[in-house]
Amino acid sequence: MQEGAPDPGLYDFTPYRGRRPFAWPNGGKVAVWVSPNLEYYEIDPPANPHRKAWTRPHPDVVGYAHRDHANRVGHWRMAEVMSKHGFPGSVSLSVALCQHHPEVVADANARGWEFFSHGIYNTRYSYGMDEAQERAIIEDSIRTVREATGQTIRGWLAPALTHTPRTLDLIAEYGLDYTCDLYHDDQPFPVRTRSGHLISMPYSLEVNDHYGFFIYNMSPREYARTLIAQFERLAAEPSGTVMCIPLHSYLIGQPHRIGAFEEVLRHIAADPRAWVTRSGDIADAWRAAHPEALA
Amino acid sequence: MSLDPAYLAYPRRRLGYDHDLYPYTPLPQRAPLAWPGGKGVATWLVVSLEWFPITPSDTPFRAPGHMQTAYPDYRHYTAREYGTRVGFYRLLDAFAKVGARVSVAANAAIAERYPQIIADIVEAGHELIAHSTDMNGTIASGLPREEEAALIRHAVDALTAVSGRRPRGWHSIARSQSFHTVDLLREAGLDYCVDWANDEVPWTFANGLVNIPLNHELSDRQILTVQQQSVGSYAEQVRDAHDWLAAEAQAQGGRILPLHLTPYIIGLPYRMDAFERLLAELAARPATWFATGSDILDAFRSQT
Repeated sequence: MQEGAPDPGLYDFTPYRGRRPFAWPNGGKVAVWVSPNLEYYEIDPPANPHRKAWTRPHPDVVGYAHRDHANRVGHWRMAEVMSKHGFPGSVSLSVALCQHHPEVVADANARGWEFFSHGIYNTRYSYGMDEAQERAIIEDSIRTVREATGQTIRGWLAPALTHTPRTLDLIAEYGLDYTCDLYHDDQPFPVRTRSGHLISMPYSLEVNDHYGFFIYNMSPREYARTLIAQFERLAAEPSGTVMCIPLHSYLIGQPHRIGAFEEVLRHIAADPRAWVTRSGDIADAWRAAHPEALA
Repeated sequence: MSLDPAYLAYPRRRLGYDHDLYPYTPLPQRAPLAWPGGKGVATWLVVSLEWFPITPSDTPFRAPGHMQTAYPDYRHYTAREYGTRVGFYRLLDAFAKVGARVSVAANAAIAERYPQIIADIVEAGHELIAHSTDMNGTIASGLPREEEAALIRHAVDALTAVSGRRPRGWHSIARSQSFHTVDLLREAGLDYCVDWANDEVPWTFANGLVNIPLNHELSDRQILTVQQQSVGSYAEQVRDAHDWLAAEAQAQGGRILPLHLTPYIIGLPYRMDAFERLLAELAARPATWFATGSDILDAFRSQT
């Protein structure tokens, strides 16, 4: 990015009107990817000068235990429902989960899910890091995921969405393909970096389960209706859009929510306009359909 | 700009948790639990019965539901008292109608100020669990260990003196604990706490204390007051949760559906009919086992 400039200079303006429609590999109009956040939050993390990890003195029992539910209960419930309806995950991973709870990571890997990095812990923020420190967490992410799963990460969702002005340049330099941190479009687009080949992968805050339940205070069934409305609208528009469903299993995997969510998966899986896939597959298909974009 | 190098050191990055309070096991890897009578869903009603001094304390933090206006806050002081005088008796009648025995988490001040209410709870066969001194009795790191130990002893002793039996369970205000709490509860002779909502069946701390997770997401406070949904939506969410857990229990063993209730929230006239209908529906379901925390604890311990 252009550090200090009013426009960070990340991408060109491209209006939605007039774009060339294209079909996803199965002929679908909207690529649907589900993105479980598999995270580890530390009970007593060191302080970052720019952001507090917990709102309460450590241990924040409610906050910690809620996230812990994901790794003990929620993941398994959410993952079973996804597998049942044919949805792979594209995981935003706190890579230290590979050390703490390898059971969760191995389960996701065995289901054919893709992993990208969401930092080391969701309680360690990038704010204030120098370049060497930021390189260290990128290198740690690549190495840790490779050792735990055999996969080479292709994407990045900044830990707790904390960035530095260098983040996108650095992940591109390390050969990553896509960033999930930019929210300017319903389709992938090239992102300008020092080394040039990064694309923005449409993620979503608006239909993120955290936003649904804690920003918009939706009931489980209201959230399910919201996801279906999001899908129906994107599927009705010119072909080539992307819908991401970002999840936290300590939220969507609660017993009062998972049933309503299963109905969403059933709905989308039955619609031939959907291409149900993973984020890396979307990046590949988009590049194949837009050979000129990153030339 | 750069961060202290310690910020990129991870001394507790290891197999298992970054603490030693309790061990990790994913629920699907544990032996299935069987509840008495072959029931699938231990339906655990927990009422917080609380007394808020009109002189709130912010040390270590102000309890949820506490005074909000400049002194004297008649509005919140009396609205909380309404729950204790009126709402709670509506709840007692509602529990009696479906034959549910529940856990009542009562402040010591409730026992000391209103012994009649304790007698009514005991007479109905409900369980009393300790819930601090009064709503100024919050716990968090920073509270000196001795003060915290004294607070826990006071809470346990007051319920023991007035009810004639020693509570086995503990519920911290706002589920907030310090790093000492789990050991102090054990030292006070308690068998279980409810504060760590990280699971859906009981589990045991390293020191032997049991945790029975009291889901905060399904509490009346969270759904009705924080998320501002209707009581109809609350009832629908509870029914949906029960449906899911009952199906899961058939394949994977017993589950708990914890309903955390607050008399000044759920016990209002315009909410009670819907709540009573919900209880009647749950009572009619074959999977339902209305259980107290102690019932659940005993069933858990007999199998582990």
